[in-house]
Amino acid sequence: MSKPQSRTIKVDVLARVEGEGALFVKLKGNQVQDVKLKIYEPPRFFEAFLRGRHFSELPDLVARICGICPIAYQMSAVHAVERALDIGIDPAVRQLRRLFYCGEWIESHALHVYMLHAPDFLGYPDAIAMAREHPAIVQQGLRLKKAGNAIVALMGGREIHPVSAAVGGFYKVPPKSALKEMVDELNWALDASLATARWASGFDFPDFEQDYEFVSLSHPEQYPLNEGRIVSNRGLDIDASEYEESFTEQHVQHSNALHSVLRGHNSYMVGPMARFNLNFDRLPEVAQQAARNCGLHVPCRNPFRSIVVRAIELVFACHEALRVIREYEPPPAPRAQAPARASTGQAATEAPRGLLYHRYALDQDGLIASAKIVPPTSQNQKRIEDDLRQFVGQISTRPAEEITWKCEQAVRNYDPCISCATHFLRLQLERD
Amino acid sequence: MALLIIGCGNFDRGDDAAGLLVARRLHALGVDTLGVEIIEHTGETFSLMNCWTGFERVILIDATAPTGTPGQVQVWNAHADRLHEDTFPCSTHAFGVREAVELARAMNHLPPILLIYGIEGKRFFLGAPPSPEVECAVVSVADQLAMLVSHDLKDLGESTLPHTRHGIRFDPSDYGH
Repeated sequence: MSKPQSRTIKVDVLARVEGEGALFVKLKGNQVQDVKLKIYEPPRFFEAFLRGRHFSELPDLVARICGICPIAYQMSAVHAVERALDIGIDPAVRQLRRLFYCGEWIESHALHVYMLHAPDFLGYPDAIAMAREHPAIVQQGLRLKKAGNAIVALMGGREIHPVSAAVGGFYKVPPKSALKEMVDELNWALDASLATARWASGFDFPDFEQDYEFVSLSHPEQYPLNEGRIVSNRGLDIDASEYEESFTEQHVQHSNALHSVLRGHNSYMVGPMARFNLNFDRLPEVAQQAARNCGLHVPCRNPFRSIVVRAIELVFACHEALRVIREYEPPPAPRAQAPARASTGQAATEAPRGLLYHRYALDQDGLIASAKIVPPTSQNQKRIEDDLRQFVGQISTRPAEEITWKCEQAVRNYDPCISCATHFLRLQLERD
Repeated sequence: MALLIIGCGNFDRGDDAAGLLVARRLHALGVDTLGVEIIEHTGETFSLMNCWTGFERVILIDATAPTGTPGQVQVWNAHADRLHEDTFPCSTHAFGVREAVELARAMNHLPPILLIYGIEGKRFFLGAPPSPEVECAVVSVADQLAMLVSHDLKDLGESTLPHTRHGIRFDPSDYGH
């Protein structure tokens, strides 16, 4: 009897993900021997060079971690410091932060759904090829993204690496009139998001479901953005201050990003599917109904349907932005302040890609003594490898080219942001 | 006809600053006083596409990937040629100048006239100064554009467009290097 053939599938540079990484899959016959997500983008040492800086500099510094989700970094940072210094924020500032975050979700989700993930389902190598045959669709995606950018630019002072977020609030808050100018476009964006969900729900999805542990924030009244407890579908229910007791990061040789695992539970999923499954009843009715119309059920365990879930979150973000604008009354002061003191604060917020945890220890002068940042992609990284190990087993008899395509698509289910995680992609498939 | 000149790049990445340096030299030469809008840009695809919306004539300058001839200048007429991904590799977020041009072409949203000047770089590491070869190419491209704009502003149209040219090289020794 002949020995089973071994094959290696390699993707040396994963396309349509944020950042630089590679994928390695080794097959013996049709059995998966090894799967590695290799993140070779160099470490960036943000946690180290934040030490010695004043807490007031944090929002501008951490915004530089990511060009796609700077607001997430700003929000987790300011909430952590506010918790350390017991700074209460004005209710109007809380609403503005939700609006700011909605802008980032809209631009990030529109980018991923239309430009990064949809080409996989429609059989195009990239968004440019898709745009040649579906220009109106791509145009719709770009206009949606622009609607999100407009919110970010207004609230943050500029679209990329915004500068207005501050500990205690904002350096400047907009007048009601400036917010109202966005209403017409956001009404269009809400309709376009509903159309996006209908469009994406018509794609062919591989028959692949996994028994995930979903982790996200959960707030008693609202779909989570800035606040809530960290919960899972397997009983986890903790405050952000308890995060490091429940989660740990592990170094793996093939990655410059640490793998985050739940102590005693192993890999877990953060991001839109986790939020959707754990917080469905806090979505506005328009988003819940859109999800039902798209055939989504709770829990959704097929990661390929995450593109539809992202579209539902687009509906939510546009609806929520309109709500905040409708109810907005400017705060008496743009930000609250408090004296520095030696203290430690932790916070987690929901970046477009999932839970983002920050911890800062401050000295008596308000200088940062230590910092810890756990981005969503490093939390999802082990889960992506687990998905691939199971998924490649289902498709291992297919030609290498098809396996490669499907594996990259499976990675993109998570909209990984390697630059943030380097803390990611090329596929290497090896048949022994 | 409104003319927009866009210098793309990153000042912190050596020769990647080439397009930005051309934009600054054009400002120094007073080209912005001739009714020309000159902007500096990161090269991010979607905001780049927004920038040129409404302009009938656009000239974009960016650094190109090294091929062993630093300072070499290539000019593309976007309506005549596709940009190659090896020439305009982009940031880790994978959407840059080439993607803006090709996406706009795919959707039939290219400006009526779009010229792309590519200056071949040599070093792109963090904190590096521009190489002498790129510095002299910057001067040459800026001077050439200033002349093109001042002489041909009224007449610059399809018939006067330079054709796509490859391999234009400025010798550093002509510029005191």
